[in-house]
Amino acid sequence: MIEALIKFLCAIVWFLLLSLYLTWAERKESAVMQDRVGANRANFFGFRILGLFQPLADAIKMMTKEDFTPAFSKRFLHNLAPFLSFFFVAVTISTIPFGSHLMIGGKEFRLQVIDLNVGILFVLALLALSIYGVILSGWVSNNRWTLLGGLRGSAQLISYEVALGLSLIGIIMVFPSLKFSEIVGFQSELLFGWLPKWGVFLQPLGLIIFLMAAMAESERVPFDLPEGESEIVGFFTEYGGLKYGLYMFTDFMKVLIIACLLTTLFFGGYHVPWLYADGFHFPWGGDWLLPHGIVVLFQVIMFNLKVFFFCWLQILIRWTYPRFRYDQLMDFGWKFLIPLSLFNIAATAVLMSL
Amino acid sequence: MFRLFGYFFEIIRGSVITARHFIVNLFFHTLNLFGIKTKRKGAFTIQYPEQKSEIAERHRSLHRLMKRENGKPRCVACMLCQTVCPSECIYIEAAEDPDPEIQKYPSTFLIDISRCCFCGFCVEACPEDAIRMDTGEVELAQYNKDDLMLDLDFLLS
Repeated sequence: MIEALIKFLCAIVWFLLLSLYLTWAERKESAVMQDRVGANRANFFGFRILGLFQPLADAIKMMTKEDFTPAFSKRFLHNLAPFLSFFFVAVTISTIPFGSHLMIGGKEFRLQVIDLNVGILFVLALLALSIYGVILSGWVSNNRWTLLGGLRGSAQLISYEVALGLSLIGIIMVFPSLKFSEIVGFQSELLFGWLPKWGVFLQPLGLIIFLMAAMAESERVPFDLPEGESEIVGFFTEYGGLKYGLYMFTDFMKVLIIACLLTTLFFGGYHVPWLYADGFHFPWGGDWLLPHGIVVLFQVIMFNLKVFFFCWLQILIRWTYPRFRYDQLMDFGWKFLIPLSLFNIAATAVLMSL
Repeated sequence: MFRLFGYFFEIIRGSVITARHFIVNLFFHTLNLFGIKTKRKGAFTIQYPEQKSEIAERHRSLHRLMKRENGKPRCVACMLCQTVCPSECIYIEAAEDPDPEIQKYPSTFLIDISRCCFCGFCVEACPEDAIRMDTGEVELAQYNKDDLMLDLDFLLS
C-alpha cells in the first residue's frame, strides 16, 4: 500500500512537473522554429535562465485571477468540468512503466505504479472519458459557442477514437498481451539477431495511424476543433483563472501521455537496444557488463529521452500545420484512418500466419 | 487515395522544413549561449530595452530648433511651419528683435508632440533651416499628457 502510494507520488510529480515545463518547451520550440527567441523575461532575483521561471509566473497569474461563474450556469458542474478532464488524464500515468525492476535490499520494486491486466484498454478508456469534461463545460457554460465547441469535441471523439483503438489491435496481435510491462518485455527481444524488436519495425502503418489519431486525441492545433480559436473561441470561453489553466494543463498532459504511449507501445519503452539485465551484449560481439543500478538508470534515462523526443515531435507538428476543417477531420477519421487501420489488421494477420 | 498519399508526402516535407529551421537555429543559439560569436544569429529578435535597433540617418525623430552663433534661436517666426503643419501642432508667438537684419524672433514656440504625425513638413517648409528632426529620439512616451507639450527652451537644448 505504502509502496504503491510512494510510486504513484513519484510518477504524478514527474508527470505534472514535465507537463508544466512542456508549456515552456512549447514556447521555446515554436520560437526557435520561427527564428524568434521566445519567452525569456520571467526572472527570479534577476536570474533569467532562458526563461525557465515562465511556467511558475504563469501559474501565479492563473491563480490570482478571478474565479468566474457565468449567470444561469450550474456552479457545481461548472467547477467539476475542468477537474473531470484533468483527473482522467492524470490517472493514466499510473500504468506506464518507467523501467524494469529496482532491487533494494533484496526486495524487488517494479518501476511502474500498477501493472494492470488491461493496461492499454484502461488508458484508452480514461483518455476517452476525459472528453466528458469538454462536453460538460460546453454545455454548462450557457453559451452557444461553448456548446458548439463541446459538440465538436464529441464529434471529433467518435471520428478518431475508433481508429485509435483499431491501430493498437495490430500491436496487441504482434505482442500478445494487454499488459504494458509484457509488451515492453516482448520488445526487448531481437529481430534477425541484431534489430531490436520494437513496435515501429513490426507495425509501421499502425504507428502512423496511432500518431495521427493520438494528435487528434490531444486536441491541439491540426485537430483543435473543440477550441477553434479563430471561429468559436472554444469550449472554455466561460472559464477564467485556474480552471482555464487546468484545461490548458490537461492539453499538455495529454501530449505527455501520448508521448509515453508512443514510447511504450512502438519504441520499446524503457528498453535500451542490446541492454540486458547484466549489461550490454552487442550483436557484433563484445560485452559491457554493468551493475544493476546503472542498468536501471540507463533504462529510466532512455525512457525519458524517448518521451522528450515525442513531445518535441508533437510540438513540431502543432506549430507546422494549419487546422483541419470540421468536415475534413471527420472524412479523415472515417474514410481514411479506419479503412487504413482495418487494412493494417488484415495485413498483420496475413503476415503472422505465414 | 493516391491524392491522399501525395498530401501525406507533402505534409512530411513541411515538417522537415520546420524541423530544419529548429535544428539550425538551435545550433546557433547554443553556440551563442556558450559565448562563441557567430556571424549568423539564431533569431532576428532585438531584445528591445537592452538592445536598440539602429535608426536610419533620415529617420524623422524628435524636433529640435537650431541656434545662431550667439545662442539665440535661428527661427524668425515666419509661421511657415505652423501653416504647413497638417496636424496643427505648432504654435508660435512672434516678438520684435532689435537686430534689423532679423526683425522677428519667437517668444513662444510650442510643439504638441501628442498631435505631431512626424511628417517632416515643418522641416521642409523652414526657410532658415531652424527646425530639424534629427535628434534620433524615438522614445517619447510620458505618463502625463502635459509633458508632451514641448516649449522653446526644451527644443533649443
